[in-house]
Amino acid sequence: MALPNKPLGELNADPNPEIKEHECDVLIVGGGMAACGTAFEIKKWCPDDMKIILVDKAAMERSGAVAQGLSAINTYIGENPIENYVKMVRNDLMGVVREDLIYDLGRHVDESVKLFEEWGLPIWKKDADGENLDGAKPAPSLREGGTPVRTGKWQIMINGESYKRIVAEPAKTALGEDNIMERIFIVRMLLDKNKENQIAGAVGFSTRENCVHVFKCKTAMVACGGAVNIFRPRSTGEGKGRAWYPVWNAGSTYTMCAQVGATLTMMENRFTPARFKDGYGPVGAWFLLFKAKVQNGLGEFYANSDSVKDELGKFMPYGASAVTPTCLRNHLMINELKAGRGPIYMATDVALNAFLDDRRAAGMDEKGVKKFWKHLESEAWEDFLDMSVGQAGLWAGANIEPEKVGSEIMPTEPYMLGSHSGCCGIWVSGPDEDWVPDVANESRAHKYKWGYNRMTTVDGLFTAGDGVGASGHKFSSGAHYEGRACAKQMVKFCRDNADFKPELAQTSQELADEIYAPVKRYHEFVGASTAENVNPNYCKPAGLMMRLMKATDEYGGGVATYYMTSGKLLGICLDLLRLLREDAMKMAAGDLHELMRAWENYHRIWCVESHIRHIEFRKESRYPGFYYRSDFPTVDDENWKCFVNSTFDPKTEEWKCEKVECINIVETDPWI
Amino acid sequence: MPSFVDPSKCDGCKGGDKTACMYICPNDLMVLNKEEMKAYNQEPDACWECYSCVKICPQGAIMVRGYDDFVPMGGQVHPMMGTNDIMWTIKFRNGNIKRFKFPIRTTAEGAANAYVGDKGANLDDECLLLESNLPTPK
Repeated sequence: MALPNKPLGELNADPNPEIKEHECDVLIVGGGMAACGTAFEIKKWCPDDMKIILVDKAAMERSGAVAQGLSAINTYIGENPIENYVKMVRNDLMGVVREDLIYDLGRHVDESVKLFEEWGLPIWKKDADGENLDGAKPAPSLREGGTPVRTGKWQIMINGESYKRIVAEPAKTALGEDNIMERIFIVRMLLDKNKENQIAGAVGFSTRENCVHVFKCKTAMVACGGAVNIFRPRSTGEGKGRAWYPVWNAGSTYTMCAQVGATLTMMENRFTPARFKDGYGPVGAWFLLFKAKVQNGLGEFYANSDSVKDELGKFMPYGASAVTPTCLRNHLMINELKAGRGPIYMATDVALNAFLDDRRAAGMDEKGVKKFWKHLESEAWEDFLDMSVGQAGLWAGANIEPEKVGSEIMPTEPYMLGSHSGCCGIWVSGPDEDWVPDVANESRAHKYKWGYNRMTTVDGLFTAGDGVGASGHKFSSGAHYEGRACAKQMVKFCRDNADFKPELAQTSQELADEIYAPVKRYHEFVGASTAENVNPNYCKPAGLMMRLMKATDEYGGGVATYYMTSGKLLGICLDLLRLLREDAMKMAAGDLHELMRAWENYHRIWCVESHIRHIEFRKESRYPGFYYRSDFPTVDDENWKCFVNSTFDPKTEEWKCEKVECINIVETDPWI
Repeated sequence: MPSFVDPSKCDGCKGGDKTACMYICPNDLMVLNKEEMKAYNQEPDACWECYSCVKICPQGAIMVRGYDDFVPMGGQVHPMMGTNDIMWTIKFRNGNIKRFKFPIRTTAEGAANAYVGDKGANLDDECLLLESNLPTPK
C-alpha cells in the first residue's frame, strides 16, 4: 500500500505560498530567441530610470526552441530581393499571410544574423574554390561580405550547438542579471482595473520555492513559443518526449494573450512536419544540402511523376512553384501512404554516393574521395548532433549508416506555431509605415496597423516569434528580430503613456489562491484513496493531457485519421474540450513540478480549442496535408482567401470568429 | 531518449542550492534527492533529449539511454564539451564507433558585445540599433 500518499517530486507544494509583488515599466515574458532579442535591444532606447523585468520559465542559457542548438539559420535574406522572400512565404502558406509583417521582417532579419556571428556563432562559408568551410575557419564575416553556405535560397549552414548560449549571453549582459528572474512560470496576463483593454500585469509562480509572483507593468511582451503535446503523438510511451518541437512549449503564448482579449489569427493553421520516423531528426539539410529524394515502398521516386504533377495542378497557383508548399508535399506523401505504397524512405544512400561518384567522374583519386567522404559524413551527422541528438541515438541503436541504407520519413502529429512553416498566432499591428494597408474599420481585428509594430489588439501587450500570426518562416533569426522590434515599440508605448498607472482588479491573495488551487485541492483530498494518482475528487495533469490528446487525435484530425476531420467530428471535439476545460478546474498538484504541468494543461486546452474552432469556422481545406475537412475537401479561394480572426471577450466570456480581408502589398503577377 | 544519472559519479553538486542539471534543464526534469545527494530525471517521458544536462554536468555523470518504446538497446551518443568545440562519440549497437568534432563558438565565453551604453537615434522611426535607410516594398 502506498499510504501515506506523498507527492512524487522533490519540491513539495505548500497550499499557502509566499506572495511577492513587483512593479516595472516593461515586463518580458519568455526567454527564447525573441525575448533575448528584446533584452539585447531595449536599453538602447529606454531612459536610464526605466524598470524592465524578464521572467523565464527555464534558464535563458538553454530555454526555448533553440535550447539544443540548430544546424542552420533558415531565414537570411542576403543577396535576395525581400519581395521574393514575401512571395515564398505567401506561397508556402497557401496565400493567406500578412505581407506587411513578412516584408518588415525581411528588411531587419539579417542584422540579427550578423550580430550572432559577431557574438561567436560559427557560420559556414564558401572558400575561393566553392568548397564548404566550417564556421571556425578563417573567412570574411557576413558583415565583411563573406559568402555563407546556402542550402536553399534562404537557409545558411551553421555550427550551431551553442547557438542559444551565444545569443543569451549578450541579452543577459545588456539587460543586467538583476533584472532577470528564471524558473518563474507566468500563467496569466492581467488587464488594468480602470483603463479598458490595457495590459497592467501578470502573475505566475516559482518552480523552485513556494512563492507566487505578481507583476504590475505598463507594457508587456509575451513570447513563450508554440504548442506541443496537443495532439496524440505517434510515440506514446517514453518517446512522447521526443516531440519534433520543444516539448515544454504548451501554447502559453496564445492562451495568455487570448484570455485578456487579444485577437488571434489563422489558428486553423498547424504544422505536421514530415521528419525521420520516431527520432524526428531534421530533413532540410538532406533535401537541400545533400539533394536527397524520397522513395515510396515500390522504390519509386514519386515526387516527379506525372500523377503528382496532375495532383499539384489542383492547387493553383500554389502547386506551380518550383518549391512545392510544405503542406502539399505532405499531401503527396499521405496519398502514397493511404494507397498502401508506404513506407516512404529518404534515399540517403543514393544521395551521398552521388556526391562521391561526381568527384570520381571529375577525376578525383580514391584517396581524395576518401578524404572528401570524411568531410561529407561529418556534415551529415552534425545535422542531427546540432539539433536532434535523439535521431543520432536512434541510428546508433539501429546500426544505421546513412551511406548504406535510407531511413523512413513520416508526417508527425500536429503542432501549433507561428515561426516555422506555420502561421497560427496573434493578430498584431504592422509597422507605422505608409506602405502598410490602412483599413477603414473601427475594429483592430480588421486593421493592419494601429501605431505600434507587433502590438496585439490589447493596448500595451506585444508578442513576437511564435506569437505573431499569419507570417511564418521567421525561424530563429526572425524571432530574434521581432523581439528586438518589440523592445523599441514598448519603450515608445511607455513614453506615449507616461501618465498611466497600472492597477490590478484582483488582490495578490486572490490571484495566489487561484494559481495554487490545484495544490489546495491535492491537500484536501489526497487521503481519499490509497493511490495518489487515482482519486474520485481530482485528476492529475499527466492523465488530463492524455485525455486532451486522445480527443484531438480522434476527432480533430490527428494521425489516427490521417489528419481528416469534418464539421460533425469537430463538434464532438469541441464538446469534449468543454468537458475537459471544466475538469481542468479539478486538477491536483502535490509538488511544484506538477503544478507547472497543471497550468501548462490549462494553456494547452484553450489553445487547441481555438484551433478546432477556427477549423470549424473555415468551410474549406486550406492546408491539404496538414488537415482535411471531408465536408469541404478543396481549397476554396473564391470564398476563403481571407484571414479567420477570433476574439475572446474577457467580460462576456464569449468568442467571436470573423473573416478578415487579406491584402497583397507585393505584386501577384507573377505570383512567384 | 531520457537522460539518466550514474550514482557513482554524481555528487549532487556538493550540496549547493541547485545542481547544474537542475539549473539548465529547459523542462524542469532534473531534481536533487537531498538525502542521497544524487540528482535524477523525474519525468523521463517528458525528456526531449536535448542533452543540456549531459553537456553541463561537471562530473560527467549524466548519460542518455534511448527511448524504450522505439530505440534498440546498445547504442550510445555522448558529447565532450570544450570551450570552442564539442566532440561526439557515437557507439553503435554492433560496437562500431564514430567520432566527430565540431566548432561551437568563435569567441571567448563572456566576450559577446552587448553594446552596453550605445543608444539608438530616433524612437519614432522603425530603425533598430546599427540600422539606417530601411527599404520599402517595390
